[in-house]
Amino acid sequence: MTRRLAVALLAALVLAAPALASEQHPTLAELEGEVYCPTCKTLLAISNAPIAERMREFIRARIDAGDTKSEIRDALVAEFGEAVLAAPPKEGFNLLAWVLPFAGLAVAGVVVGLLAWRWTRSGRGARSSRQGEPSLDGHRRLDPEVERRLDEELARFDG
Amino acid sequence: MARRGKLVLQIAAVCVVGLLLALLGWRLASRQAGQNVAAGVERGEAPAAPDFTLEELDGTGEISLAELRGKAVVINFWASWCVPCREEAPRLQAAWEKWQDEGVVVLGINAQDFVGDARTFVARYGLTYPNVHDGPGSTLGRFGVTGFPETWFVDREGRLVGARIQGPVSEQELEENIRLAAGSGEQAAGTVTEGGS
Repeated sequence: MTRRLAVALLAALVLAAPALASEQHPTLAELEGEVYCPTCKTLLAISNAPIAERMREFIRARIDAGDTKSEIRDALVAEFGEAVLAAPPKEGFNLLAWVLPFAGLAVAGVVVGLLAWRWTRSGRGARSSRQGEPSLDGHRRLDPEVERRLDEELARFDG
Repeated sequence: MARRGKLVLQIAAVCVVGLLLALLGWRLASRQAGQNVAAGVERGEAPAAPDFTLEELDGTGEISLAELRGKAVVINFWASWCVPCREEAPRLQAAWEKWQDEGVVVLGINAQDFVGDARTFVARYGLTYPNVHDGPGSTLGRFGVTGFPETWFVDREGRLVGARIQGPVSEQELEENIRLAAGSGEQAAGTVTEGGS
């Protein structure tokens, strides 16, 4: 038990380290993928508008000044509003944008599961009603149509 | 019980879809409103200018278009990174100096720009007319602005009159349209001149 806990903690540390490094020492490339150019409404990474160039300059200067990724993002939001972020912040009303897709998927999964279960049940019911009651020897009776065709084939074979 | 649950689920689904459609409709309608304003000016219809309240660039307070009712307003959309904006800035300053005592306000709307860069621009060109900051550019869509610079004229009743100037505004365009907006010119058909960034 203790060993498992230690492994889990180690894994968490290994995964958290790059995220922490990215937060403390962000790169221009990372931020270019998280911020929109306000005039062309595309990611900064693929924009060559004058304001995009100016934003890159701003980000470089803030990185050199030792700002964290959050501080740089906050500074850009203060200048251009939240629409400058490619993904909405995970707080307040914006949290809905993060939660709703997963909630929708979960609800859709439950609905599909329920429907599949119902269809399987009704299919089984229909099949058993078509096949009729078990015969006296314990075997299920064949469908009357299949039984008729089978009798015909057997008669032809015997004949 | 199962039937009731099903009904509740159906109502919830309809509500969610209705809400999403309403949001989509609102978004499309607000975008269309700006295009309608621009089209109205181009047809010479003098539509009501969309109101806005924005913080002054120097951080001293807010200015709303509604509070300027009774004055003619020259609205100039600009950004410090826009090259043609540098060309027209001295003309706007000259117009402000000439007309401010006649109840005319030149109002710069600095949009999609860094506040610091905009303040540097204002200082470099010695602009003394009021300037407001719209970082996200929320007013652009409401007027149907397509690029910088762009200049509009509002009469004393808050209606958009004269020409919508796309690109650097000339002295003559300023003179003609300010006279019209201030009520000392003749109503001209709405026109659009182009040449901005």
